Amino acid sequence: MAVDALGRQGGDKVSLWRDPKARAVFFQILVITLFLAFVFYVGNNTVENLEKRGIASGFGFLSEPAGFGIGIVLLLDYNAQTSTHGDVLLIGIINTVVVSLSGIVLATIFGFVFGVLRLSKNWIVNKIAAVYIEVMRNIPLLVQLLFWYFAVLSVLPTVRDSIKIGENVAINNRGIYFPSVIPEAGFMVIVVALVVAIAGAVFLTRWAHKRQDKTGQAFPVFWSCVGLIIGLPVLAALVTGMPFSFETPNLGRFNISGGWVLEPEFLALWLGLSIYTGAFIAEIVRGGINSVSHGQTEAAHSLGIRPGLTMRLVILPQALRVIVPPLTSQYLNLTKNSSLATAIGYADLTAIFAGTTLNQTGQAIEVIAITMAFYLGISLLISMFMNWYNRRIALVER
Amino acid sequence: MAIVKTERHPELPPPVSQTGVIGWLRQNLFSNWWNTILTLVSLYVVWEAMSALIGYTIINANFAGTTREDCTGTGACWVFIKARFGQNMYGFYPEAERWRINVGYVLGAVGLFLVLSDVIKDKKWPAVFLFVVYPILCYFLFYGGFGLPKVETSEWGGLFLTLVLASVSIFVALPLGIVLALGRRSDMPVVRMVCVGFIELIRGVPLITVLFMASVMLPLFLPEGMNFDKLIRALVGMSLFSAAYMAEVIRGGLQAIPKGQMEAAKSLGLGYWQAMGLIILPQALKISIPAIVNTFIGLFKDTTLVIIIGLLDLLSVIKSGTTDKNWLGLATEGYVFVAAVFWVFCFGMSRYSIWLENKLHTGHKR
Repeated sequence: MAVDALGRQGGDKVSLWRDPKARAVFFQILVITLFLAFVFYVGNNTVENLEKRGIASGFGFLSEPAGFGIGIVLLLDYNAQTSTHGDVLLIGIINTVVVSLSGIVLATIFGFVFGVLRLSKNWIVNKIAAVYIEVMRNIPLLVQLLFWYFAVLSVLPTVRDSIKIGENVAINNRGIYFPSVIPEAGFMVIVVALVVAIAGAVFLTRWAHKRQDKTGQAFPVFWSCVGLIIGLPVLAALVTGMPFSFETPNLGRFNISGGWVLEPEFLALWLGLSIYTGAFIAEIVRGGINSVSHGQTEAAHSLGIRPGLTMRLVILPQALRVIVPPLTSQYLNLTKNSSLATAIGYADLTAIFAGTTLNQTGQAIEVIAITMAFYLGISLLISMFMNWYNRRIALVER
Repeated sequence: MAIVKTERHPELPPPVSQTGVIGWLRQNLFSNWWNTILTLVSLYVVWEAMSALIGYTIINANFAGTTREDCTGTGACWVFIKARFGQNMYGFYPEAERWRINVGYVLGAVGLFLVLSDVIKDKKWPAVFLFVVYPILCYFLFYGGFGLPKVETSEWGGLFLTLVLASVSIFVALPLGIVLALGRRSDMPVVRMVCVGFIELIRGVPLITVLFMASVMLPLFLPEGMNFDKLIRALVGMSLFSAAYMAEVIRGGLQAIPKGQMEAAKSLGLGYWQAMGLIILPQALKISIPAIVNTFIGLFKDTTLVIIIGLLDLLSVIKSGTTDKNWLGLATEGYVFVAAVFWVFCFGMSRYSIWLENKLHTGHKR
């Protein structure tokens, strides 16, 4: 008979119920069975209910005409009679992405500005930042959105008495109107010049970094990049003889035609999301900068590095390691919160697809599944990108 | 003649410009020219903002009266809030029965105070009251039974509904979150997969879609005839949603407990549940309390989203008030009021969380 290390005899086995491995197997089989039973039960009920209510299933509705108007349409052409629910889905996705990206940019600016101000040695500036953070963090986003939309942007003057900034910018309760740029033949040259300039700036930055690593000579990267990105398109425009014209918004009695417009729905959502998320980001930035030990600043100063450069070259790179992971989840929150658009009528995915399309077709399961899949996908994308960025700036250890 | 001082020269006080009010001002507000400009600009901004705010909300505001016509000043029209105060607080709950809600508030406040503050050291009985007796009591008190007339949930509303939504969701989400967190750290791959799948699915989508799902799809999932009312559906959605977030918070707490604790517990002969219940969870929950409170603040703010599926919470009642034809044009007052109410609750909770964090940190904080 086998004898184990403790001198016990192996013959009398523990009962199966007392064996952790057997118990784990049993428990997992139980979980799987319960899960499958649940899925089967729900699936069965759903099929039955759908049949009884006469709701079609499948994704055929995506190619059926939608038949309702959409407030804000970007990039695509949309026609209430001929466009399909598939087009509605696409427009919703574009609108969600547009408002999320612009929100992320503005919220990051707010967050970094107020996060740094919160650390200011100037008592009053410090307190102003604190008030912004504490007020905005503790008021529900939806209340803020409704406030911006119904209490601020809706009470702006009507088209007739628009507030005018200069000759061409008008602010009224229909939005903010700008002159638009109408491209003419040869406009592509300018676009190409811009792309070339950006690519050139990226290469220049890399080259300057390499040269500095090798020889220690610095290169004025920032200003030369700015010059490149602004200068090259301007040069192209001058050479091709200005192949574009401006169309100024034309104020009618009740309506406005021409020009570009930022609709109040978009503005409310954009501002609301940015101000709300900015408050959270400010706290993250403050925490990150605080987490860098003060000795780093002192060491940098004793090496003769100026305060501005200390912040940029010594403190921020270390703070970013602490800042980036929670920043990622704030970006994700902002993207998910953009679905509150439905409360103020901005035509995002949730409002027009999970709202109007769902009501018209009644195909709740497909619509909700597509919507959820989109948000899940975009969450994964953002976290993948930020993980990549995080790896790039992470501390390189042994 | 040599001059040798034998006694010590008396210590001079520090220069006036470095102590007291003047020193503080110099150091914090006027240390150099740039700081001085910053201070002056900020003071101007604060002055403008405060005078506008106080002028609007207090000095020029209207408090007395009962109708829109009583609002003659240029500031806020608080008459709007006052005239509809009952509705803002209780929704359409019958006026004769509103004392029941107030009794519930008082009992809840007493229970919360006993559990959260330091007045009573032994928290066992207050906890039993708050987490077992109180919910049952509230069900009968608010919904009806034992001789109290029934009040349908469709009549619930206002701040009362907001509080019900928040407290029931947290009450369900906390235990569910603990189970999910334990499942996610389990050694059994199937259990882990189910938990990870649920948590990541919920955390990856907005609350609105979960609420849509609860309100539109839950009736499809259940057999014919079995139908919950709207409030229960919203509660299911909110509880599941916050359970996923709670699970991640508690997982953080669990991860902070060194492995040796579990090994020590096992070597003493404790089983999994004994070790978890007696050794690991008390420590893990204790360190995650501040984060749990933060999650609860988020949940509390998120209750406003039920407006989208048509429940009459505080925001919803106010919003419908602003479209009342007798009270048109008072959106600012309404939303400022809602914002103030939520701010007081959330700010209070965040201060409590900070206080708790400091209290729990004693001993191992440098």
